[in-house]
Amino acid sequence: MMDLTVIWAGIIGFAITAYVIMDGFDLGIGILFPLFEVGSKRDTAMNSIAPVWDGNETWLVLGGGGLLAAFPLAYAIILPALYAPLMAMLLGLVLRGVAFEFRWRDPAHRPLWDIAFTAGSLVAAFAQGVTLGALLQGITVVGRAYGGGWWDWLSPFSILTGTGLVAGYALLGACWLNWKTEGDLQDQCARYARRLGIVLLAVIAAVSLATLTLEPRYAERWLAWPGILATAQVPLATLIVSFMYYRSLARRRDAQPFFWALGLFGLCLVGLGISIWPDVIPARVTIWQAAAPYRSQAFMLVGAAVLVPVIPAYTAWAYWVFRGKVGSDGYH
Amino acid sequence: MTALLLARAQFAFTLSFHFLFPAFSIGLASFLAVLEALWLKTGAGVYANLYRYWLRIFAVVFAMGVVSGIVMSYQFGTNWSVFSDKAGPVIGPLMAYEVLTAFFLEAGFLGVMLFGINKVGPRLHFVATLAVAVGTFISAFWILAVNSWMQTPTGYEMAPNGQFVPGPSWLAIIFNPSFPYRLVHTVLAAYLTTAFAVGGVGAWHLLRDRHNPGARKMFSMAMWMAAVVAPLQVFAGDLHGLNTLEHQPAKVMAMEGHYQSHPHGAPLILFGIPDSKAQRVDYAIQIPQASSLILKHDPNAPLAGLDTIPAADRPPVGIVFWAFRVMVGLGMAMFGLGLWSLLARWRGKLFDWTWLHRGALAMGPAGFVAVLAGWIVTEVGRQPFTIYGLLRTADSVSPLAAPAVAASLAAFATVYFAVFGTGIWYLLRLMHKPPEAHEAPPSAAPIRSAGITPAPQLAEGDALPGTPDKETE
Repeated sequence: MMDLTVIWAGIIGFAITAYVIMDGFDLGIGILFPLFEVGSKRDTAMNSIAPVWDGNETWLVLGGGGLLAAFPLAYAIILPALYAPLMAMLLGLVLRGVAFEFRWRDPAHRPLWDIAFTAGSLVAAFAQGVTLGALLQGITVVGRAYGGGWWDWLSPFSILTGTGLVAGYALLGACWLNWKTEGDLQDQCARYARRLGIVLLAVIAAVSLATLTLEPRYAERWLAWPGILATAQVPLATLIVSFMYYRSLARRRDAQPFFWALGLFGLCLVGLGISIWPDVIPARVTIWQAAAPYRSQAFMLVGAAVLVPVIPAYTAWAYWVFRGKVGSDGYH
Repeated sequence: MTALLLARAQFAFTLSFHFLFPAFSIGLASFLAVLEALWLKTGAGVYANLYRYWLRIFAVVFAMGVVSGIVMSYQFGTNWSVFSDKAGPVIGPLMAYEVLTAFFLEAGFLGVMLFGINKVGPRLHFVATLAVAVGTFISAFWILAVNSWMQTPTGYEMAPNGQFVPGPSWLAIIFNPSFPYRLVHTVLAAYLTTAFAVGGVGAWHLLRDRHNPGARKMFSMAMWMAAVVAPLQVFAGDLHGLNTLEHQPAKVMAMEGHYQSHPHGAPLILFGIPDSKAQRVDYAIQIPQASSLILKHDPNAPLAGLDTIPAADRPPVGIVFWAFRVMVGLGMAMFGLGLWSLLARWRGKLFDWTWLHRGALAMGPAGFVAVLAGWIVTEVGRQPFTIYGLLRTADSVSPLAAPAVAASLAAFATVYFAVFGTGIWYLLRLMHKPPEAHEAPPSAAPIRSAGITPAPQLAEGDALPGTPDKETE
């Protein structure tokens, strides 16, 4: 018999991956925004994501909603445990989301909404990184609930992961703009992409090594013989992808650096999966312990089986409609 | 202040703000679809210009709805984690369906709707508008299924670990007893909200220039909606009330202010001041037997009061009582304005009667107030339960420290008042501008590849809904 719980873990994993891939660059553009010259450059950067940001963010709602539906216990424990960072993330998303419309509506206060766009993006990205770090370092579970305090999420490790995600999203944003824009702005972003690559790789190395010390099982998962033959492929692949990333930047490619950068993120997620599988709350609760009953999972699977492929199809169409380099013409 | 009270305040606050936006965008998306369909069918430029005019407003409303909605999808877990754990297996899948069938549809096609007319052509663009409009409705379907299940839970079983789990039939969960009534009542409310907002804007511009073709068209369309939908809503509301009496009698008792039972026919209290300590309504103006007549269709039918409900299970009376009167009063005023507009139309004076326009202007925000009031009636009326009769609100809350919730509530209040207050100000500014013959698109296709030539300036007769004009302000 098929194990629906594993399938649902896969679907949630897919949603989180899709979210990181799609909203990452769009938060990253927000983070880099103050570095762009006021005027046509900022407008161009904004225009490159205006038609798609809403769809990108919907994957976050699917991640949350899917977790509630498929693993309600995990949802009920994780969200109170990460109360402060999640609230900060939500408020950040509010600020940056409305900025897309508001900055065009009110040219007199555009600088203010540009600040809101950056601050919101920065806070949301940092909070997501902190969330990841707090989950990896382990949260206190008592019975069916969170049992820790409301500052437990704060640690050097979670600040490291938060900073890392900010750098990573900024890198994706720079690569996206390198792809979608021309001239000065493209050159500027290619420069950022090169510098941010170094920061991101350093953080990846630091987080990876620190993770091994957090829980004995993480270290065992990665370093035990003969599993290490398989797990060692991840850092190896990271080195290769990094090389390809820098090579594509050096050759001034448009789209390639973005996809290599996504490759780096993909490898991080694979690494995360290796560390925590099969837990939904790392080192605390497994996917089977948190799983919704069979009927819930089966009912949703009918819809998910049809829609999870259809959604990327029409999302891809929306991206295709707005393909090519972006202009700076926005609202009048 | 306890964490429970703060958590409730935060949920009520964020939901009230959020609810205003979908209530508007459900109706507005359908209105836009109708405008574009009429434009495609008739080619009349006035529809294209109205489409552009309202699309700009829709973009702002929708953005605020999206960001305030993301907050809601996480609040279930952050503030109501015990509820989420217990009810997740039942309501989680419904909410997942909402995301999969509605949110992605809306978000996926919104970009094309707002920015894509030049890229995809008018017909495919209309498909995008329709997809967004249908998405808003599907979203209402699922979230109201969830809410209705919390009001009138059916089709569930209890698991040994205390979770509510689905029974053999999902239809029994989705189509729970209050769902059809709530869905119809709420969607009609969204349409009425939009009709009165559009009508108010039309009236405002008619008062300044009664010959503005865009103002005339939007006012006329809005008044047709008011005249047709308001009576339907009164009827639907009555049915919803009877359904509530059957399944949640305590809520109706609070709505009616019936502290005591009335074995020989209950009065309809029009106004009064409920005093829950003394268990009576002071200064009541009431119509004898009328409540029994409305609720039981028999003036002498006995009606039980809150004295038949254990004290621990009673909803708060005052707020439900008042919110209900606000909702019903506004509903009746909408009904009246609809009739008034029919009379004006019949006399051929729809665009001439300035008092009608003043009335419509005053009623412009009525839908929003009525929607919030209705929501308060149904949600506060369900107290002290989250899942009616089964799970208490006090037993649903997350294990949170009060200072944490207080801090986040303060942050939400600050950000929401600043952000959405400004957003509403921008909406009013957009509405203040009269609809014109050369209405600029909401945006001139922000992503323009080289080689696409902007269309020339457009007159009333030949506009494309989203074509970029080169004109600048």
